[in-house]
Amino acid sequence: MTPKFLHMIHTPSFGLPVAQTRKFLPLTPPSLPGMAKVIGFLVLALSALICEAAIFKPISDSHRSAALELFTPAHGSFSSLEETYEALRTIEVLGIKKQPDQKDATCVLVMETLSSPSSALKDLFQALRINGLLDCELNKKAIAGIAPRLQDAVRSASSLLDYYYSVGSLVLIKGLTSDVDVHLESADSVVRGIKALSQSDGRWRYSSNDRESSTYAAGIALESLAGVISLASSEIDQSLIGMVKNDISKLLDGLEKYDDGAYYFDEKLVDAHGHQGPLSASSAVVRGITAFAAVSAENLNLPGDKILGLARFLLGVGVPGNAKDLYYQIEALASLENNRVSIPLILSLPTSVLSLTRKDQLKVNVNTVFGAAAPSLTVKLKQIFSSGSKDASVIDQDLKFDHKNAVHYLDALPKDIDVGSYIFTFEIVLHDSEHTMIYATGGRTKVPIYVTGVIKVDNAEISVLDSDLGNVETRKKLDLAGENSISLSANHLQKLRLSFELTSPLGHALKPHQAFLKLTHESKVEHIFVVGNSGKQFKTILDFLGLVEKFFYLSGRYDIQLTVGDAVMENSFLQPLGSVELDLPEPPEKAARPPPQAVDTSSRFGPKEEIVHIFRAPEKRPPTNLSYAFLALVLLPFFGFLFGLLRLRANLKNFPTASAPATSAILFHLAIAAVLSLYLLFWLKLNLFTTLKALGFFGIFLLFVGHRTLSYLASTSAKLKSA
Amino acid sequence: MVDVFFTSTGNNQVVYMAIVGSFPFNSFLSGVLSCIGTAVLAVCLRIQVNKENKEFKDLPPERAFADFVLCNLVLHLVIMNFLG
Repeated sequence: MTPKFLHMIHTPSFGLPVAQTRKFLPLTPPSLPGMAKVIGFLVLALSALICEAAIFKPISDSHRSAALELFTPAHGSFSSLEETYEALRTIEVLGIKKQPDQKDATCVLVMETLSSPSSALKDLFQALRINGLLDCELNKKAIAGIAPRLQDAVRSASSLLDYYYSVGSLVLIKGLTSDVDVHLESADSVVRGIKALSQSDGRWRYSSNDRESSTYAAGIALESLAGVISLASSEIDQSLIGMVKNDISKLLDGLEKYDDGAYYFDEKLVDAHGHQGPLSASSAVVRGITAFAAVSAENLNLPGDKILGLARFLLGVGVPGNAKDLYYQIEALASLENNRVSIPLILSLPTSVLSLTRKDQLKVNVNTVFGAAAPSLTVKLKQIFSSGSKDASVIDQDLKFDHKNAVHYLDALPKDIDVGSYIFTFEIVLHDSEHTMIYATGGRTKVPIYVTGVIKVDNAEISVLDSDLGNVETRKKLDLAGENSISLSANHLQKLRLSFELTSPLGHALKPHQAFLKLTHESKVEHIFVVGNSGKQFKTILDFLGLVEKFFYLSGRYDIQLTVGDAVMENSFLQPLGSVELDLPEPPEKAARPPPQAVDTSSRFGPKEEIVHIFRAPEKRPPTNLSYAFLALVLLPFFGFLFGLLRLRANLKNFPTASAPATSAILFHLAIAAVLSLYLLFWLKLNLFTTLKALGFFGIFLLFVGHRTLSYLASTSAKLKSA
Repeated sequence: MVDVFFTSTGNNQVVYMAIVGSFPFNSFLSGVLSCIGTAVLAVCLRIQVNKENKEFKDLPPERAFADFVLCNLVLHLVIMNFLG
């Protein structure tokens, strides 16, 4: 095992915000078949443990810095009024100081939008919302001119968004000034109009033409309904309110649940209004429900655990990566924080890793979602589940409250808590019974706790044994806390034994995630062995006789390295112990070769080795002069031949003189010369086939003229004889 | 006369080979064999055209010469092919 892998196993326990580790992926262990299974299982078990219980932290400074980063306009201004509103609203909720230079420019834009008679409903709504945040000095006349237009729009509205924008704008104008009359005369019919778009499962359609219903639309509808109720000039029909209440409870029945107690609305609808994910849908519903609860006189009987679950979902998202999601998260959390029926209280732990050795106290914070102080309450530790076993120990112990730091703490962990991972179950008990109506505590909260400690390692020794009798040949004591550099020697008839004991702070046995012995040969071939245990005693015996084949018959020095590591072991180590000189027999012919070592990645793309090609050495040639001399010698007989011809007085008297035979005789000689030249060409460059084709032609011609010439000569000689 | 010329040329080549070694062995062989072959053919021609040889009395010398030319052409085609 490499140190890196050891570290990865440690990671979940050391101060990671556990809400983020929900998406903890099982590690892909390196290629060690047996061990990989064990480790993979451990990791899976660990992640399953995290899924069951998780810590949700209230909104923190990381959200603020993310908001500043995400909501900084790229070119000095935002691209739309909607974006501007979302940025300003998020920044306001998070309590970040606004940049004053943006205000003037934005207010000018708002004024323009409000005074233009052609502005769309949506832009009017966004402009009024921005004005609500920035407090621009508006022209009263312009606003008074908008109000009748909006009231008309409410009356003639056919789609949900028309209702939402017009009603929302009227509500904003109502908040702005009391001079303008924004009351709706026929509020009942408007409520019916909105209600007509609702579906039997509590969700809404955007318009009567839409077939699909959406959760996001339900949130918008609830918000619009809340607006209509606040604008109504007379009391709304109670039966209508009752129907909406019914819709809300049906909507909440459709909540999906995570294992860790987080609830969310799943939104699968993709339509012209864009894709709305679980975050935007949950956010819209939370805003709708809280807005409706704020204006409704009746008690909505919202289930506390679901409201808390929604808060957990919104917090569990962590810090979203884009501006829209951050706005949805913060806006929904703000409406949860400020609602008057069900304020979720979030239980969080500063750290979920407690060290037994340092005697860490168990500390618990209880806050609202934005980290504000909770009312007076007591946190009770009810149960502790151990990760290994299913049964829980029932504790029922009250945590003390530290007023100065506003933290609940437990003086000392229960006596029987040893190192390991646990799930603690807490319960929040509010002191004031009236508070139980306002705050949602959500029953019991499960929190994963890792208890770590220094593990005592002792009686460590390494020895070489004789194979047959088990006599100890050499025995060396090891100090696993410090440095070791032993040197042993053994042959294939002997065994190597390594043993040590691990004791947890409470004196129990501990089986760490990793206990490996690694032998590395000089040629970098590695062999890893799992050190098994029985109780506290860890022991491994390497019988070299059975291992020679696995060791590829490689004699020589092997470095010994011992790895003992666990997430809860504070003194996990990976240290070299020394070396053993192995004397193994010679490999038989069919022995397996050691595998090639992993190539260094940096050299993989480097220049390749040069390929050297050896050409055949040329044959030895004779000296040039000698060759020329023999050329002359070879030609010499030819001159001798010519000389001989002269001496013999050879002549051409027999050559035909008549024109026709002379022509054929000349052609005959020319043809012979041509064939011989063809042979020369064949030697120099032509191949056999072209040569044979040409030769066939010349041959026939030669045969013809040859026959003519020779038959003429024959006839002349016959005439001479007869004459 | 012709025989002397061809055999002496062949002899010279053999001597050359004996001195410098037989590296382009096929060239050497074709050179020597063409000499010997031509010499043999020339001897055959002379036997046929010699009037004292009674067995070839019926054979006209023109026919013998035609044979000589044909055989030479065939021989040298083979020699050229073998020369490399």
